[in-house]
Amino acid sequence: MPGERNAMTQRMEIEVLGRRTFLIGAGASLALAAFLADLPALAQEPVRSIDEAMKKVLGDATPAESGITLEIPEIAENGNTVPFTLSVESPMTDASHVKTLHIFASGNPQVGVATFTFTPASGKAAVSSRMRLARTQDVIAVAALSDGKFLIGKRNVKVTIGGCGG
Amino acid sequence: MSAAKPRIRVPDKAKVGDVIEIKTLVQHVMETGNRKTADGKVVPRNIINTFTASFNGKEFFKADILPGISANPYLAFFMKVPGAGEFEFTWLDDAGVKISQKAPLAVG
Repeated sequence: MPGERNAMTQRMEIEVLGRRTFLIGAGASLALAAFLADLPALAQEPVRSIDEAMKKVLGDATPAESGITLEIPEIAENGNTVPFTLSVESPMTDASHVKTLHIFASGNPQVGVATFTFTPASGKAAVSSRMRLARTQDVIAVAALSDGKFLIGKRNVKVTIGGCGG
Repeated sequence: MSAAKPRIRVPDKAKVGDVIEIKTLVQHVMETGNRKTADGKVVPRNIINTFTASFNGKEFFKADILPGISANPYLAFFMKVPGAGEFEFTWLDDAGVKISQKAPLAVG
């Protein structure tokens, strides 16, 4: 899709310019919380701290630090669009599967990025997308398994030009 | 712009039991709600907040999305082929615009 990619690059440049102006008055952006009021699930109130976000997902559980593969560049030149692939080792059967997979950007204005929901019909608990990263930070993935256990994976990403992440 | 036709890539043919990859891309500005115009007005948030993928009416993958996902959201994910049928993909944004796209899958 080369044509599309060009259009995307152009728009990203515009966004980068826009962001400079935005940064000057960034403090006021908190007032925006009201805006998110009618959105589903995680979006209801923007979560600004990674500890709070973790608590919401994990409760009191301690996640195991294994089983999640988080592929993301070590150095991201453009924080507006950082490709990532998440995958979790799982047989994806009715008895044992990944139910949800959360991805967080610990240093973005809003730490949640997305929550992916799988079923045994997914066949494989894996997803690829592109995220915004405001600055150099840890990207954290948490998987909720059908047996009530959790897995966690973490990668540090160095960002050269920050994206206007939310 | 938010109603642009999405791009879908699914295999032309698959075998029952195969795990196939599905790639989707939709054009959307994914306005974070953090940005301001030159005269100081906040640009309202407008993102694709929900994506769902169903096959023969049964949902097998869903994404709840926040502003941390880039503009023109790309999503690739998998499905275990239960048989021939039809995919339906839907994208829903903050302004209430719903985009949907169907795609057939042949088995053989």
